[in-house]
Amino acid sequence: MTGLSFDLIALQLFAGLALGAIYVLFAIGLSLIFGMLTVVNFAHGAFYMVGAYVGLYILMLGGNFWVCLIAVPLVVGLFGVVVERFLIRPLYGRGIDYPLLLTFGLSYVMVELVRIAFGKSGYPFDTPEILQGAVDIGVGYFPLYRLFVIGATAVVLLALWLFLEKTSFGLIIRAGARDPQIVRVLGVNVAQVWLIVFGIGTAIAGFAGLLAAPLQGVIPEMGGTILAEAFVVTVVGGMGSIGGAVLAGLLVGVVVSMTSLFAPEMAKVSIFALMAVVLIVRPQGFFGRAGLMS
Amino acid sequence: MLQISNLNAWYGASHAIQDINIEVAKGEIVCLIGRNGAGKTTTLKSIMGLMDKTRGSAVFKGKELLDQPAHVRFAMGLAYVPEERRIVQGLSVRENLRLGLVASPQKKKEAQLIEGIAEIFPRLAERLDQEAVTMSGGEQQMLAIARAMISKPDLIMLDEPSEGIMPVLVDEMFELFRSMKAQGTTVLLVEQNVELALDIADRAYVLDQGTVVHQATAKELLADDAIKERYCSV
Repeated sequence: MTGLSFDLIALQLFAGLALGAIYVLFAIGLSLIFGMLTVVNFAHGAFYMVGAYVGLYILMLGGNFWVCLIAVPLVVGLFGVVVERFLIRPLYGRGIDYPLLLTFGLSYVMVELVRIAFGKSGYPFDTPEILQGAVDIGVGYFPLYRLFVIGATAVVLLALWLFLEKTSFGLIIRAGARDPQIVRVLGVNVAQVWLIVFGIGTAIAGFAGLLAAPLQGVIPEMGGTILAEAFVVTVVGGMGSIGGAVLAGLLVGVVVSMTSLFAPEMAKVSIFALMAVVLIVRPQGFFGRAGLMS
Repeated sequence: MLQISNLNAWYGASHAIQDINIEVAKGEIVCLIGRNGAGKTTTLKSIMGLMDKTRGSAVFKGKELLDQPAHVRFAMGLAYVPEERRIVQGLSVRENLRLGLVASPQKKKEAQLIEGIAEIFPRLAERLDQEAVTMSGGEQQMLAIARAMISKPDLIMLDEPSEGIMPVLVDEMFELFRSMKAQGTTVLLVEQNVELALDIADRAYVLDQGTVVHQATAKELLADDAIKERYCSV
């Protein structure tokens, strides 16, 4: 382990946070949807992938990255709304496995459609010019774009927190996740709330896909990998818990990043080892409620 | 205000209530009494729209309820306080009260209405920012009632409000029902504590095995030990 300076470790920690930021965005959408609708959205990775491709398409049409930042979540969220309304809604009340299987199948359809439209091979995704290069963050030079990813994630989290804690609609979501029936009795059209929550969750997934695109390029299968990793994040953080998703997402990012520094061959396995440990010590995850799926 | 005719409801295949006929006039307190399993809770749930399958008719302020989902029935002026209270975990007392207004046209007057409720329920006023489920059972029941009242419904349905609550609070609560009536709110009450309920009610229906077996004014029923003995003793 010679040659590993403090600065290198600190830089790698930041790289882990940037990676974790993507996990966080992905997992909060997953958690929001699960917490409110008890739908395990297996198509979440596909929405993430579609987000990257919508961004790519906007760039092809001559738009820029800043347009993408606004348009991608809108387009993907709208698509999510359509999926909830016409595909998932008919399955409510039939048990947790029906929407799970539906979204599982839907993810294959979405990936295949993107393959047909854009081809099987991937595309590079240029980092916007103004975010290229690196900045000195005290411990060394760090890629500016990764810093932007961390910042953008923080903005989304802050906005989501304000929305959930300070608005009436957020109050409905928080209460509805605990007890949809009383919310209904108090006059709320819960079906409409579920629709909007699914839209918000998928919009954030699309946004995460766009943010990830300059880091790893764009391929139709990009959603599959992150979905597996994000399930680790939600299990570690606690199913349905947004705070848990944030903490666990950053933790998983840092764990991946650190193991790839110290033991690169272990990087892929490390997060599953982390999950195993958490499941043994605290089966419901950091902030999860026990027995949620029963 | 509420006319229920030939109301039937099912839990799965079990026919829980059969051909129930109940009428509640504006400003009345009407009480449903009977043993456990007589169909009282099912009747309230059917009126609120929480049963999967209902047949018959329930006309509220001239409009049929049964073909409307629960949230629309709330908008029509119905409120329901379930037996298990359903105070939302993780929310403060204030947030639970706000929840009673989120779907109400009165939402704009939120601060003012919460202040008004706090005057009626001093126990809640002291605890507005406390997590609601940490309060005692009686205080949670008060909150459940306050949450249903805050939107000023025309008819409020209460299921076993006195259950598991210490006597001092029960008296306070029934005093409150009296003043609600005085202010023109109509109440449909399900209560195990028959004497107490009949004391404030105008009229009562006795339910047994999912159907109405007797109806009378509260005064008559209070004096009728035979009926009380037959249908209400545990």
